[in-house]
Amino acid sequence: MSNAALKTPRSIVYLSAGFVIFWVIIASFPFFWTLWGSFKVQGDFFSKADWRNALWGTRTIVETGGPFTGAGYHGAWVQEEFWRAALNTFIVVFFTVVISLTLGTLGGYALARSGARYAFWLLMIALVFRAMPHITLVSGYMLPFFQWNLWGHLPTTIIVLVAINQPFTLWMLHSFFLNIPKDLDESAKVDGCTQFQAFRHVIIPVMWPGVITTGLFSFLLAYNDFAVTSMLLSESNRTMVPAIAGFLGSTFEEGNVMFAVAAVVSATAPLFVLVMFFQRQIVSGLTAGAVKG
Amino acid sequence: MKHRTFFWFILPSLAAMIAFIALPLVSVVIQSMHVEHEQIMSVTENCGPFGCKEEVSVDAEATAALRAESPLGRFNGLGTYFDRGHLASQEVATAWQERTSLGDFFSRLYNLPLYKAIAFTLTYTFIVTPLVIMLGLAIALGVNRLAPALKGPTIFVSLLPMIVTPLIGSLILFWMIDAQGIIGKSLQWIFDDPELSLKASPTLTWITLMVYGVWHGAPFAFVVFYAGLQTVSSETLEAARIDGATRWQQVRYVVIPHLMPLAVFVSLIQLMDNFRVFEPIIGFSAQANASSLSSIIFTDLRGDVIRFNSAAATSVITIIGVAILLSPVLIRTWRDFKGKAV
Repeated sequence: MSNAALKTPRSIVYLSAGFVIFWVIIASFPFFWTLWGSFKVQGDFFSKADWRNALWGTRTIVETGGPFTGAGYHGAWVQEEFWRAALNTFIVVFFTVVISLTLGTLGGYALARSGARYAFWLLMIALVFRAMPHITLVSGYMLPFFQWNLWGHLPTTIIVLVAINQPFTLWMLHSFFLNIPKDLDESAKVDGCTQFQAFRHVIIPVMWPGVITTGLFSFLLAYNDFAVTSMLLSESNRTMVPAIAGFLGSTFEEGNVMFAVAAVVSATAPLFVLVMFFQRQIVSGLTAGAVKG
Repeated sequence: MKHRTFFWFILPSLAAMIAFIALPLVSVVIQSMHVEHEQIMSVTENCGPFGCKEEVSVDAEATAALRAESPLGRFNGLGTYFDRGHLASQEVATAWQERTSLGDFFSRLYNLPLYKAIAFTLTYTFIVTPLVIMLGLAIALGVNRLAPALKGPTIFVSLLPMIVTPLIGSLILFWMIDAQGIIGKSLQWIFDDPELSLKASPTLTWITLMVYGVWHGAPFAFVVFYAGLQTVSSETLEAARIDGATRWQQVRYVVIPHLMPLAVFVSLIQLMDNFRVFEPIIGFSAQANASSLSSIIFTDLRGDVIRFNSAAATSVITIIGVAILLSPVLIRTWRDFKGKAV
């Protein structure tokens, strides 16, 4: 294959490499800049005089004595008790993922194995539900939840997030189960298993790659949600994303913007770790729906 | 699978969706047809030295009691839908009658909150979606040429804008484009205008929001296209080369047709996601210059006075919009399904 015709002209190599470098900078620079800036004081991060102050930390040295300061993190985590929000996020995300995977596996399996017309309609309805802006549903919840005193609690939010998550989970797991050969559970049924036993003993052991991938996306949905958590949680139960929005609304005094910057960096860190460990699953999950139609 | 077994397997999932997606939809429709109770007026007779006068005053206590007793309010039919905050039938009719030109009509229309939100939502959806697809394809073609050792790290970095929480991602960019932030300062320097601020004018705000949208959406298109590129048949490419196709012709007539089904998939997902654009408007504090259907619902629910009926009416209109947007897809899938069944 190594003939002259295959050799790419120099200009195209440079152009394409240059474009990729350009994209990598656009994609990553904002994060590094914010991470770097979160250890500075506000006078450097938003510099009236010279943006290069943020690089050297001119004001930070004047104000704190060193080029780096953890004041933003201290303010956010200790003074404004951001750890509460982090704990709430952990609770909400954990239970949302576990419950939606449990319900989604059962439902997705049933949809994949039933050829009936109503199964198709359920999938179509799920697609419509998936497209609906979450905030439109929230406006349906608010009044009844106020009336029944359900508003503001973590369990309410978890159940709502599970439900909003279901259409997507069903679609994804449905396509994963379609890939597991039907013969597997059919033969178990021939051997005398009920449908549930076949599912329990034959399907569950082989389904984990699909479940983990789906779980990653459920995690992202619950972790990244703003519409539901900001409307349905009371101030003391707030998760991280609405808490960050709260930092901005109430505290625009000197220095307090840095609390929000530090909180933003703290909330992004778990996502970095997630991508680092599960890059392959995320990529395969994104393409699964596309390739299988 | 037996119908009974199917039912038991799907039940938990179905119950969750009915209780928390279908019923809220019913609740939204009901709320949109009600309006808060009017204030109760009480007439008291006030007799003074110059004869008796009847005075009408607001009975605050009775009003509060009534509103607390039935928070849904009174039935209003479709009244909320046609008021000034929503479809504004009257205002639209006046604008049409008094128009001096078509442009004038649209600028009058743009002053009405719902039409303003629709204008932004649609512009955003139909500008960001194609840009995302083009940028994603370009990145995929570029990354595909890289040395294998570089591919992994590049994909890792490329995923970041998509994976980051939308509100957080928009805040990060918002701080950078601040007049005192790095991008804001650089732009002032480039255009030699110390007063330049991306937040000041509606046009610049719209552009900023769309740039964010493309930044956030491109990784998804990239990943899907990149996976598709791995399956382009090298034999077809070689055949095209032997027939004398240039590099561009190979991309145009072999690679792009191969990726076409993927592009349909990406644009469907992107249309759905961009139509509900919401977090960037909050993150960029852009409510003054740009509002989307989702963000005006948020404002209704978050204001000093919570206006359930107004939020509900906008929600119903939004859902109808989603249905219209999705209808071609649904019809096509239905035809495919019927084709398979026969």
